[in-house]
Amino acid sequence: MTAVAAREAAVEVVDLESSTLRELNQRLHDLTREPGPTGWRVLNPNGAHAVACGIDAEAEVEIEGHVGYYCAGMNKRATVLVRGNAGPGLAENMISGLVLVQGNASQSAGASGRGGLLVIQGDASSRCGISMKGIDIVVGGSVGHMCAFMAQTGRLVVCGDALDALGDSIYEARLYVRGSVAGLGADCVEKELRPEHLDELAALLARAGVAAAPADFRRYGSARQLYNFHVDHAGSY
Amino acid sequence: MATGTDRPWGLRESYLFDRHVIAEIQRAAREGIYDIRGFGAKRHVPHFDDLLFLGASVSRYPLEGYRERCGTDVVLGTRFAKKPLALDIPVTIAGMSFGALSAPAKEALGRGASEVGTSTTTGDGGMTPEEREHSETLVYQLLPSRYGMNPDDLRKADAIEVVVGQGAKPGGGGMLLGHKISDRVAEMRDLPQGIDQRSASRHPDWTGPDDLEIKIQELREITDWEKPVFVKVGATRTYYDVQLAVKAGADVVVVDGMQGGTAATQDVFIEHVGIPTLPATRLAVDALEELGMHRQVQLVVSGGIRSGADVAKALALGADACSVGTAALIALGDNSPELDDEYRKLGSAAGFYDDYQAGLDPAGISTQDDELAARFDPELGGRRLANFLRVLTLEAQTLARACGKSHVHNLEPEDLVALTLEAAAMARVPLAGTDWIPGSNGAA
Repeated sequence: MTAVAAREAAVEVVDLESSTLRELNQRLHDLTREPGPTGWRVLNPNGAHAVACGIDAEAEVEIEGHVGYYCAGMNKRATVLVRGNAGPGLAENMISGLVLVQGNASQSAGASGRGGLLVIQGDASSRCGISMKGIDIVVGGSVGHMCAFMAQTGRLVVCGDALDALGDSIYEARLYVRGSVAGLGADCVEKELRPEHLDELAALLARAGVAAAPADFRRYGSARQLYNFHVDHAGSY
Repeated sequence: MATGTDRPWGLRESYLFDRHVIAEIQRAAREGIYDIRGFGAKRHVPHFDDLLFLGASVSRYPLEGYRERCGTDVVLGTRFAKKPLALDIPVTIAGMSFGALSAPAKEALGRGASEVGTSTTTGDGGMTPEEREHSETLVYQLLPSRYGMNPDDLRKADAIEVVVGQGAKPGGGGMLLGHKISDRVAEMRDLPQGIDQRSASRHPDWTGPDDLEIKIQELREITDWEKPVFVKVGATRTYYDVQLAVKAGADVVVVDGMQGGTAATQDVFIEHVGIPTLPATRLAVDALEELGMHRQVQLVVSGGIRSGADVAKALALGADACSVGTAALIALGDNSPELDDEYRKLGSAAGFYDDYQAGLDPAGISTQDDELAARFDPELGGRRLANFLRVLTLEAQTLARACGKSHVHNLEPEDLVALTLEAAAMARVPLAGTDWIPGSNGAA
């Protein structure tokens, strides 16, 4: 048996047309407490919600098709690959690991994520990276409005364009956009792209497997003018 | 010059511009910003005080006060969760954050609740190890800010509470002012030390009841359907909110009336948004009964619960349990007369102190200052809270026995009358001495 064939044979296949979502998630959660297959392939997700959410194991899960809300929610350590599109709340509150979507993602991708890397090879809708708290997000295409709203820490990379109100009420997160930005939100400003940022961006793009030149991006972040309420800034809120 | 005492009719204070209103106008003119404070609504609104129990009579006989048993246990989360919460008393501790409160105060809440067999609740800011360690039963809140939210703590919790709103500020987010952001609070919330920490008013990854249903499904999947899922709403459109929460799959609905406390909210918000706990309780029960889910989805009522009488009346209207926040802090030592001199140095007084947002609490409860927090003894605070919770339970049992009930949950609206037209209409019980329920029986 070749190494590839052996690896294929070791992959656990779960067909959601014959197994329930509950059975799949329970088996993935059991990996936290007892050894089991590291390779998983999920067939026929058909837009199901909460697929592969709450994993806390070094598993590699490949999902063959589109998923609904909250795929890979609160992911920890696992690698989750979606060969399709993803619904709202993709990898919400992710802690660590890698989530990669080959298609597009709906709104609130990576919401409140605390760590790990989220890669969306297509476009991401509105509120991508909302309330992010340490996650890194790389979007191969464009993003919708209100992305990185109240983003606290972490990095959001957009290889395409960003719609209105990017980085509204942002804290310490760093945003990189290669294309146009329709508008910046409150307290979000363009910042100098210094060498350390080019290095950081190059590393992020490499991890995400995206071929793009860091120098083509512009950096955005907080002006830190709204960190403490002052009546003179009331019009900014 | 004439003074008030020179005139037999004395000085006349304006009803519209009383001394508090004048002082607030002067403060606003001086500072140019709205008043932010803690505590809860201070205005008078119809409340459980406006109801009375009828007690036993010729047609009802009471239970012996010290001999016949009157049960107080309650199980929350029986609808879907594998592990519902079994509590000894129908009074729980409401969500209050580490950040708003000191770590010793949070520990005391856990100690007190555990001593009497009930639950306590985290708050905006996540779960501290001290809180988990000292809380036998701990409800973990999922709030819009998601500060401190992580799956490990989610699994450590005994129940999950999705917070849609709170009674002090339905529709509003939160604000922890920069001077209360210690290094530890900042680290737990992933923000720099010393900056104002805003909590969003909407969840980042769902909007509306259909999304909420899917969100609850995700939480259940992550926790393998073990934990009861509560949905907490501030009392506004309570009838519809409760029905939508049930439709979304809640095991327990928590309805927080406008008298509910807060650590830091605009005064105008506290006093002018939401409806009182009394009508909210009635509306919530109506909603559950219409769905045929009363007692299947449990109802927890909070917002101005102060006594066993409040508890008993809420239960009689159909709640399964009550939750206390402000009263629990007072039991710990907040607004203690022993601290009056120190409150006065802060421009307040014992019995009036509501500047929880300032972080200067001499009782060491609503502060992140290490020296102030060190004044607070969590063991003593826990014992005081346990005592208070025991008294609430004993009072509720006393009233239930007087009505002939062998369990506090056997209290019913038929045991109640109202002292005022407003309370009769809101609670939908008769005005005392009549059979008149305004708005219900065609007599109004």
